[in-house]
Amino acid sequence: MEMQSVRSFASALALGATLLASQAMAKSDITIAMQLEPPHLDPTSAAAQAIDSVVYTNIFEGLTRFMGDGSVVPGLAESWEISGDGTQYTFKLREGVTFHDGTAMDAEDVKFSLDRALTEDSANAQKALFAGIESVEVIDPLTVKVTLAAPNGNFLFNLAWGDAVIVASESIGDIKTNPVGTGAFTFGEWVQGDSITLNRNPEYWGDQPALETATFKFISDPTAAFAAMMAEDIDVFDNFPAPENLPQFEADPRFQVLVGSTEGETILSTNNKQPPFDDIRVRQALAHAIDRQAIIDGAMFGYGTPIGTHFAPHNPAYVDLTGNSAHDPEKAKALLAEAGFADGIETTLHLPPPSYARRGGEIIAAQLAEVGIKAEIINVEWAQWLESVFKGKDFGLTIVSHTEPMDIGIYARPDYYFQYDSLDFQTLMDTLNTTTDPEERSKLLGEAQRLIAADYVNGYLFQLAKLGVAKAGVQGLWENAPTAAIDLTAISWSE
Amino acid sequence: MSRNLILGTLLSSLVLLAAVVSFVWTPYDHAALNIPDKLQPPSTQHWFGTDHFGRDIFSMIMVGARTSIAVALVAVGIGVGFGVPLGLTAAARKGSWLDEVIMRGNDLVFAFPSLVIAILITAVFGAGAVNAIIAIGIFNIPVFARITRGAALSLWEREFILAARVSGKGAARISAEHILPNVANLLIVQGTIQFSLGILAEAGLSYVGLGAQPPTPSWGRMLADAQTMVSFAPHLALIPGLAIIVTVLGLNLLGDGLRDWLDPRIRVARA
Repeated sequence: MEMQSVRSFASALALGATLLASQAMAKSDITIAMQLEPPHLDPTSAAAQAIDSVVYTNIFEGLTRFMGDGSVVPGLAESWEISGDGTQYTFKLREGVTFHDGTAMDAEDVKFSLDRALTEDSANAQKALFAGIESVEVIDPLTVKVTLAAPNGNFLFNLAWGDAVIVASESIGDIKTNPVGTGAFTFGEWVQGDSITLNRNPEYWGDQPALETATFKFISDPTAAFAAMMAEDIDVFDNFPAPENLPQFEADPRFQVLVGSTEGETILSTNNKQPPFDDIRVRQALAHAIDRQAIIDGAMFGYGTPIGTHFAPHNPAYVDLTGNSAHDPEKAKALLAEAGFADGIETTLHLPPPSYARRGGEIIAAQLAEVGIKAEIINVEWAQWLESVFKGKDFGLTIVSHTEPMDIGIYARPDYYFQYDSLDFQTLMDTLNTTTDPEERSKLLGEAQRLIAADYVNGYLFQLAKLGVAKAGVQGLWENAPTAAIDLTAISWSE
Repeated sequence: MSRNLILGTLLSSLVLLAAVVSFVWTPYDHAALNIPDKLQPPSTQHWFGTDHFGRDIFSMIMVGARTSIAVALVAVGIGVGFGVPLGLTAAARKGSWLDEVIMRGNDLVFAFPSLVIAILITAVFGAGAVNAIIAIGIFNIPVFARITRGAALSLWEREFILAARVSGKGAARISAEHILPNVANLLIVQGTIQFSLGILAEAGLSYVGLGAQPPTPSWGRMLADAQTMVSFAPHLALIPGLAIIVTVLGLNLLGDGLRDWLDPRIRVARA
């Protein structure tokens, strides 16, 4: 009793001190807006980017993690050893790491998390990341050995994904509504349809972040986004949905605009199994009918880098193949005629809500019309898109940005929605996955890029830019988006 | 002729003229993108400026008038085509079970907020001009059914109808030969009003993306596209907005004017 009142007195003092101190110090709360609300908060069971934006590195951490520049650094694993043949990874975990519910993070949790992703009925959206894992062994509470079926040069990169974060068996039950991780922030409150609040985790194993609380606000309408930003209701807009408004923010000293790159290859996805697109000449005609620069200027107001294959231009292994599919309507017409479609083609163009798709789609439809391809525009919501295009494969053409990092591997999946089935490419990916030598990998990645560009699998448009808008005093924001994340630990307010 | 009628006729014919002329001539191809020339303010080259894809807004407004008029016209047509016969039947069989069924059915449709149901219909059957026409048309049916029945009921009490009945004409023939010509004035006035409401509804539906789909121009969608650009290119929103106002105002004035002009009582008073 005595002890308790002394303690509460002390904590009251401490609280008073922090209150005083915080008045003198910079702001310690922030409101960050994003366009989409996450469907739930479990990054290990859904592909929705919005989940990672909220929880990645903030609530949940993996054995390794991405930094803002795209590099992969140790996360919950302090260090690791790789066996000579490249098939065994022995991870040494950090000591004294606890989950937000107070339970210790140890080798059992790592085994639980990886095994959970591995199981046959696992809901993980990126099962391919874990495909090579043969077994996960607990050596001692702070040591885990992962055995791979074959060497995988990408393994540490794979473990950095939001889909590979470490979760606890104790709290997995309601992870979707009450996520319990090891990160620097704990889950506070979720007001459905409005916002999610995170609070600083005082027990965090690493450096204490500068922010005390962070609120993620969901604003889907571009007009409302502009108004909220201008009224200073929000401090940061993670990826501003209306590129046409950026010059106004740039001209306003209250704001800063951060233009960076994302991992989003924006492509005119083509249903490779649906006639007439099963004919490579028709796909090549599509590619030559498209004027990329007009799409970037018209839909994105100039923000975006043209690409000629499914690969991010800021990656050192990138090969510029835009010349392979240069804008050439005459050639497109000739190719269509050669394929037996001199009278033209009719198809559908499904467009999800983002402006790169809706506006880009109008431009592409006009460009395709010039060579005789009549694409009927069908505007769809994301749920419809996932249902009919992504799962149902019931489409001719669609525009979408593939924002996962280093995702050229999707072309090795013949059942993936654009249904590209090439044995050459699949073999190439198998070789790549077992190659660890960086130079050799780079070469293979180049070959892969050339192969899909030469097969004209999809129309390659541009690399999506990340258009961050923030109040002038916010620092530490990621300029680029190597993965979907809003890393709160790095953010602070200047004095 | 009243001032309303003159002004209404002028404004409405202006819009109608734009729509008709658009079939044979527009200053530019309304669908041709010219991205380097985007967002130009009104000038001698582009009378209403260009939009975010460099399309000529004047041409888009002309073709958009066509979309608006076509949707509203067919929607009113649906209303008249179904509503008037229903109303005549109900009046002819006043008090019978048929009258009850028709009028309670009308009440049912009336009870729903029309634009919300229109959104539901287009959401279920897919967005597009045809579904927008159907959605708007359905809500025109009870309007015309009710107005026809109301007017027809009082006519049925008149002597000349009695005379027609005595001469052996059936209810259907009387409805068509004697009742319908006498309610036509009312229907014309109501049709004009419903026409303007149809134009508004079409604009509303395309504003939320459920009307005519691109590349078919539509005033409502032009407004929606302009939203984020109002602060630096206000003409993008002002021009389609004004087009809608002019059309709806014109049709309402025309409807008011027609009502005064066609109303026999006022005509007598005037004479």
